[in-house]
Amino acid sequence: MDSFIIGQQLVNGITLGAIYGLIAVGYTMVYGIIGMINFAHGDIYMVSAYLGAIFLAVITFFGIDSVVLALIITLLFTIVFTALYGWSVERIAYRPLRGSTRLAPLISAIGMSLILQNYVQLSQGARNQGFPALVEGSVRVGDGAQFFQVTYLQMIIVVTAFVSMGILTYVIHKTSLGRACRATQQDPMMAEVLGINTDRIISIVFVLGAIMAAVAGILVSLNYGSFDFYIGFITGIKAFTAAVLGGIGSLPGAILGGLILGMSESLFSGFVNTDYKDVFAFGLLIVVLIFKPSGLLGKPEIEKV
Amino acid sequence: MSHLLTLNQVNVSYGPVQALYDVSLEVGSGEIVTLIGANGAGKSTLITSLFNKPKPNGGAIHFDGHNLTSEQTHNIAKLGLALVPEGRHVFPSMLVEENLVMGTIPIGENHLEQDRAHIFDIFPRLKERRNQRAGTLSGGEQQMLAIARGLMSRPKLLLLDEPSLGLAPIIVQQIFGILKEIAEDGMTVFLVEQNANHALKLAQRGYVLVNGRITLTGSGEELLANPQIREAYLGGH
Repeated sequence: MDSFIIGQQLVNGITLGAIYGLIAVGYTMVYGIIGMINFAHGDIYMVSAYLGAIFLAVITFFGIDSVVLALIITLLFTIVFTALYGWSVERIAYRPLRGSTRLAPLISAIGMSLILQNYVQLSQGARNQGFPALVEGSVRVGDGAQFFQVTYLQMIIVVTAFVSMGILTYVIHKTSLGRACRATQQDPMMAEVLGINTDRIISIVFVLGAIMAAVAGILVSLNYGSFDFYIGFITGIKAFTAAVLGGIGSLPGAILGGLILGMSESLFSGFVNTDYKDVFAFGLLIVVLIFKPSGLLGKPEIEKV
Repeated sequence: MSHLLTLNQVNVSYGPVQALYDVSLEVGSGEIVTLIGANGAGKSTLITSLFNKPKPNGGAIHFDGHNLTSEQTHNIAKLGLALVPEGRHVFPSMLVEENLVMGTIPIGENHLEQDRAHIFDIFPRLKERRNQRAGTLSGGEQQMLAIARGLMSRPKLLLLDEPSLGLAPIIVQQIFGILKEIAEDGMTVFLVEQNANHALKLAQRGYVLVNGRITLTGSGEELLANPQIREAYLGGH
C-alpha cells in the first residue's frame, strides 16, 4: 500500500469528517436537552445550502468582487436565516408537543423534514443547483508520481469547521449561557426553579445547531459545487450516525464521531470499494453499539433515584 | 408581624387526584416555620406548587406582595424565593463552584465573590470540594451544596424540602446545626420535614399536614408536647 494514498485519503477523510461533526453537534445538543432526535436537522442543513447560493448570487449582483468578503457576507446571512429556520421548526413542530409522549415529537420531526424537502423542491425546482468554485488551487506533498494534495478549499473547510466547533465548545463550557444549557440538560425542572427560562434555552440550542448546520452547508456547497433538495437526508443520517457513534448527548463525542466516520469512509473508499462505503459506515456503527451501546464518549444512562 | 408568604385556601390536583385541600398558612418575615407530615401527605406538592409546578387550581398564594399563581415558574426565584428541593437536585456534571454560580441567576454575579466566601465559611467541606463534580459528592455534601446554592440568590425566604432525607443521623445533626446558624443570621425559613423531632425543635411554629389537609398548628414546643403528634410522628414515646 502506498503511504501517499493513505495520506490523500486521510486528508479527504478529515475534511468529510469535519463536516459530519458540524452537523452532528446539532443532533447531539438537541438530544441532550430534550431527548428527541431532530430528524429535520439534515434538512435544515439542506436549506442552508440553498440560502447560501441565493445570498451569494445577490451579493455578486451587488458587485462585491472580493471572494473572501463575498464568502464571509454569504456565511453571515446564511447563518442568520438558517438559525431562523431552526428556531421556527422548534416553535411550530416541537414545542406544542412538549409534555406529550416521546414518540409524538419524533413523528412531527419526520413530518417537518418532509415539509422542508417538498417546500424547497416546489419553490426552487427539483433540478440540481450549482455553486460556483470560488476557491481553487492546492498544495502538493511529495513529488513526481508520488504525491498527495491538499486543496486550499479543504484547508478552509477543516479550519472553519474546527474554529466553529471550538467556539461552540467554549460557549457551552465557559459562558453563563452554556451553563444554563447544561443545567437545562441535566435537570430541567431545577433549572426552571432557579430562574432559567428553559423554553428559551431550548430555542437557543436549536438555533446553535442550525448555525453549525449553516456553516456545514456553505462548506459542502463550496466543496462539491452542486446540491439538490434531497441532500439533507443522506448527510443527515450520516451525521446522526456520527453523533451516535461518539455518544449521543456528548459534544466532543459528536466531533470525534464525525472525524472517525469521515476518515473510515474515506479510507474504505480508497482501499476497498466506493460503492460499499455507506455499508461500511453503518456497519461500524453497529459494531460500536454492540460493544459500547452508549457510544464512544457517551455516558450510560443511569436511572435517577 | 408582616407575612412574607401567605397561602389562602389552596387546592392542588394532579389530574383527577386532589393532593391539597384548602391549605392556608403563613410565614412571617424572620420566622422559622415547619410543615410536618407523613409520606404522601402532600408536603412536596405544597412546596412545588409555590413555583406553579403544578399550578394550584384554587386559592391564592402571595409572596412579598406578589401573586405567585400568576407568575411563570422561571420568574419566581427573582422575587426572592429559593428552593432546596427534595432529593437535592444538584447538577451532577457541574463542578461545585458552577452549582453555586447557578444559584446567583436571580440576582446576577455582582456579589459572587463575597457570597461564595461566606458560603465557604459556613460549609468548609464545599470549599475543599469546590473543583469536584457535584455528582461525586456524598449525600450529605450534596445536601449542603443544595442549601448553599439556595443561599447564593440572597433569598427573602429559603424553602427546604426534606433536607434530612436519606442521610445518616450524624449528618442530619450537622445539617440542622447549619440551618440553625442560617436562621440565627436572620434568614426566613420554611422547612418541610418528615423528621418531626428535628424540625419542631428548630422551628418557632409548625403545621401538621395529613392527607392534604392542615390538621394542627401551634408553636414548635406545643406540637412537640402534643400526644397526638408524639404518637404519629415521634415514635410514641
